[in-house]
Amino acid sequence: MTTTTDPAAAAVRSIGTARTRVEGRDKVTGAARYAGEIPFAELAHGWLVLSTVARGRVRSVEADPVLAMPGVLAVLHHGNAPRVESDFVGMLGVPPDPAAVVFQDDRVPHAGWPVALVVAETSEQAREAAETLVVHYDQEPHDVAFSAGHPGAYAPESAGYAEAAVEKGDLEAALAASSVVVDAEYTTPEEHHNAMEPHAAAARWDGGRLEVVDSNQGSTWVASELAQMFSLDPGAVRVRSEHVGGGFGSKGVRAHQVAAVMAATVLQRPVRVVMTRRQVFSLAGYRSPTVQRVRLGADADGRLRVLEHRSLSATSTVREFVETSAAAGRALYPADAHHTTHELVRLDVPTPTWMRAPGEAPGSFALESALDELAEKCGVDPIALRTRNEPDRGPVSGLPFGSRNLVACFEEGARRFGWADRDPRPGLRRDGRWLLGTGTAAASFHAGAGPSTAAVTAEADGTFTVRITAADIGTGARTALTLVAADTLEVAPERVRVRIGDSDFGPAMIAGGSMGTRSWAWAITIAARELRERLALDGTVPPEGVTVRSDTTEALGALSQKERHSYGAQFAEVAVDTATGEVRVRRMLGIFAAGRIVNPLTARSQLVGGMIWGISMALHEEAARDRNLGSHVGADLAGYHFAAHADVPAVEADWVDDQDPDDPIDIKGVGEVGIVGAAAAVANAVWHATGVRHRHLPIRPDRVLLAHTGAHDA
Amino acid sequence: MASPTSSAITLTVNGDKHELTVDHRTTLLDALRERLDLTGSKKGCDQGQCGACTVLIDGRRAVSCLQLAVAAEGREITTIEGMADGEELHPVQQAFLDLDGFQCGYCTPGQICSAVGVIAEHAAGWPSAVTEDVRPEAGPPPLTPDEIRERMSGNLCRCGAYVSIAQAVARAAGAESEAVRETGEAA
Repeated sequence: MTTTTDPAAAAVRSIGTARTRVEGRDKVTGAARYAGEIPFAELAHGWLVLSTVARGRVRSVEADPVLAMPGVLAVLHHGNAPRVESDFVGMLGVPPDPAAVVFQDDRVPHAGWPVALVVAETSEQAREAAETLVVHYDQEPHDVAFSAGHPGAYAPESAGYAEAAVEKGDLEAALAASSVVVDAEYTTPEEHHNAMEPHAAAARWDGGRLEVVDSNQGSTWVASELAQMFSLDPGAVRVRSEHVGGGFGSKGVRAHQVAAVMAATVLQRPVRVVMTRRQVFSLAGYRSPTVQRVRLGADADGRLRVLEHRSLSATSTVREFVETSAAAGRALYPADAHHTTHELVRLDVPTPTWMRAPGEAPGSFALESALDELAEKCGVDPIALRTRNEPDRGPVSGLPFGSRNLVACFEEGARRFGWADRDPRPGLRRDGRWLLGTGTAAASFHAGAGPSTAAVTAEADGTFTVRITAADIGTGARTALTLVAADTLEVAPERVRVRIGDSDFGPAMIAGGSMGTRSWAWAITIAARELRERLALDGTVPPEGVTVRSDTTEALGALSQKERHSYGAQFAEVAVDTATGEVRVRRMLGIFAAGRIVNPLTARSQLVGGMIWGISMALHEEAARDRNLGSHVGADLAGYHFAAHADVPAVEADWVDDQDPDDPIDIKGVGEVGIVGAAAAVANAVWHATGVRHRHLPIRPDRVLLAHTGAHDA
Repeated sequence: MASPTSSAITLTVNGDKHELTVDHRTTLLDALRERLDLTGSKKGCDQGQCGACTVLIDGRRAVSCLQLAVAAEGREITTIEGMADGEELHPVQQAFLDLDGFQCGYCTPGQICSAVGVIAEHAAGWPSAVTEDVRPEAGPPPLTPDEIRERMSGNLCRCGAYVSIAQAVARAAGAESEAVRETGEAA
């Protein structure tokens, strides 16, 4: 038949209109199937066994008694598991997670290290056998205590995607020239992603191909790493991940997929491995605790002369990972002396990883708290302080900005929040037993993109199919990409079907770093545009359809060098009861500048979700580790509290117009900027309410109580 | 086939009777997911802390991960799969969809089942921890945002969709009470 796109429809743009999720009906009816819910004939169930010691060697695994239990099919451990390759750098530029390279030797580098997989016919049998399995260890002394001044602290050479150290300008001279100096230490605790869906994967061999049904943030990423680990041709591995119950940085290649592949290989039948919630705490990465020292020097009017930010974080003994907290100010505020550096301490703990706004989330807490302290010292309004320190080029890079609308965010936010009426003095407002206060903070997150391929097909029935190895981890990417494709094809979105989460669709960026939708939309735009042009010349569509493929590698390389970031202004109002130590957030407002907003309905949800993470970070989240055992205390959703319904008041997110005419895609991503600065806004509001600075997160009741009984800053 | 460690039981789920033999260790959640292929009920923690597995048992909210399947025999179990009336979504489902009361969707079935339970509990006059006047004669308190948040707090959402979930519950509760009123007037 002849297919036409409809130029008249171009006037009715889909982008920018609120659309419910295309998979929404499946999600509210329970029809959407997640990784652990895809049935396979002859499926066996694997249950991971994790080390109970924090450091040492596995002396023996007493597999025989367990193998005699009903239904048990296999016990895999370092003595019998297939050998895999781990000496490579994956698609994200880092080597595989050491805890994912399971059962290769007897070493135990932290508590909760995978030491065995028990496979059985049913999950009940596998679980009981795994809990019965006796593992003997040669235990060694361990150190899991993270603290400032740890003797093992060292300066890493690299900090992943950021430079480990940037030291621009003469620090001592700039300090000497400063009229006002803030010098304070801030700490943030170990935090865990805790996506609601625990990691799950099923693996099977299908005619010489390895097929893995997974829950991940990038099926290209997982497929390519599994292929390298098992020395397979990349085309011999297919990873699918259609619905993902949250990720936040934790859903990459982990122990469960690798163990499932090993078991499926050994048993030659499908094997599913699902982490328990407790296992997620040690196998899925986390955000390192930080100790951050911030020194700000300024003129009397608040203009910065010194921005010094030094951050210490933890890593494991098996891999280096830097939480790049000190990088938060590099593109945000200028200063004559701009020193931002990182230190690490190696502990007998799991390897930390990226978690929603890695670096920026803890870094912005310290930096934006310090700016509030500076505003107080200078007697300058916190918003005026930030406006006064607005750079015209990247403060460290010297590069021009793509679009920078931070000031517009503050102006709009101040107007809507009612900031103008605020009395800056702390501890003055009372509502019954509650002291009230308001606070603000800036947010910023890098807007990047990664190479992606896409295929767009004009079908013979007049519809269009987009195939891309994107991941929708709750972001609304599937829906956003539908709107992007529809607008580029100049058709109604109802005629476009977007298929994602299948590595067979070709290489694509992960859902991470707020880069997913930007990267995938770019690839789809190129392919859809070419398809539209082709159909305009000849609208004949054969039965197999007309397909155009794209690859953004070249376009990304041609992008001009600029400072590209999303921005935001966070506002919070809190109530503090100094008799009970309770802190309640009463309302929050975030105004963001995040490029073109594709789908206002889902973008708002993501931004609000990020802000709620900020509430959790400010008031609730904290993983506690037992120094003697080396393992977590209360590694579950009761012991590790994040915000529940009753913790979350009216939280509102909106945005200002934000366009970068030089950016061919002009989508910035909204996944992470929502959390940046949010905890600082809450902490600054707590100061405004009470007059006490809380520099250690979370602001627990005991910290509030101690601060007020001791009458000193927390 | 029953054995010392398993039993033949009949589970009534969404009005359908299912005969199955279950391991005595099998939770209601696992029986639903693994045996009856009703995977809408989710396993977020498997220890009663997150609410993702919430179903209605005889019309009341329950976390199905803390219930043994053998103990659920003879009870009327309603899961997310039983909420819609054919193609027509339950008002709570429709409100979640329209107001974007979810992101990743994994806690959603539990949130929706819980919301249906909340609306029924509220209509029956049950107070909550934030209800000011708890005297029986006071009747159901206004279903304020605080009441909804308090009553829904057993259902965690890591994506942070709480604001639109609370709006969806309020909208559905309003729609339902209106429907009840209309029915009442007709009768």
